Amino acid sequence: MAIIVVEVMLKPEILDPQGVAVGAALPRLGFTFAKSVRQGKRFEIEIDGQPTPQQMAEIEKAAATLLANPVIETYVVTVQA
Amino acid sequence: MKVGVITFPGTLDDRDALRAAKAAGTTAISLWHNDADLKGVDAVILPGGFSYGDYLRCGAISRFAPVMEKVIAAANGGMPLLGICNGFQVLCEAHLLPGALTRNKNLHFLCRDQKLVIENNATAWTSDYAKGQEIVIPLKNGEGSFQCDDKTLAILEGEGRIIARYVGENPNGSRNLIAGITNERGNIVGLMPHPEHAIETLTGPSADGLAFFTSVLKAMVK
Repeated sequence: MAIIVVEVMLKPEILDPQGVAVGAALPRLGFTFAKSVRQGKRFEIEIDGQPTPQQMAEIEKAAATLLANPVIETYVVTVQA
Repeated sequence: MKVGVITFPGTLDDRDALRAAKAAGTTAISLWHNDADLKGVDAVILPGGFSYGDYLRCGAISRFAPVMEKVIAAANGGMPLLGICNGFQVLCEAHLLPGALTRNKNLHFLCRDQKLVIENNATAWTSDYAKGQEIVIPLKNGEGSFQCDDKTLAILEGEGRIIARYVGENPNGSRNLIAGITNERGNIVGLMPHPEHAIETLTGPSADGLAFFTSVLKAMVK
């Protein structure tokens, strides 16, 4: 069994009001380390066995079609050991 | 002339959209997201709400509903298609319109009467307005900030494809105050505010929204 991880982030040029709100809440709690915060999504997809190149290509396609909206988001696909 | 209004699970404004289509003199037909059948309608409205709970992204799952395959094919063939609020989000997710709708800049869900200016009255849904006409209709959404890249924005501006802009302060961070856009052909329109809630003064802030629905009747009769 393997876990395919797809991480989705808003493109840098797209305003992320949620990230900004989290970034503004941190100093109120005394955490002053953050210069900025951006919030994204993480999908964990379980499959049987290790992924074949064909499966990876399909997952890539699914990420671009459904999991992320390439108009405003970028995504990274990785396989969890 | 038959106008279909699609109900997805989580749709809110289908009743008002049906009522508005009827008030404009069309025959309003209710369509179901899980039926791949448009029941012979001449135009389709994707109403507002929270289809599929807005899971993943607003409109991202509705885009793949069985009925949408027929809607996309018909719209590409020239059928008038209006997406209001969540419907606009579905149109962007389906790539029938460019750009995307993101979280309002101040994170607040906005619900208020909003002044707009109609900038393009050459579409199937706006011909009964005058160019430059100001209207007041409700704006109610949490993810109404229109975003696109600079190139797309230049195309929309250059081709006059911005059909309506917010007047006054930018309510949600939309680029260039964009409230609604159209495709190249002018048959597909996406609009964030809600014309279907403003078809008579008894229940709405004005009757300014009705012309979207009378416009499409005119477009279909032509």
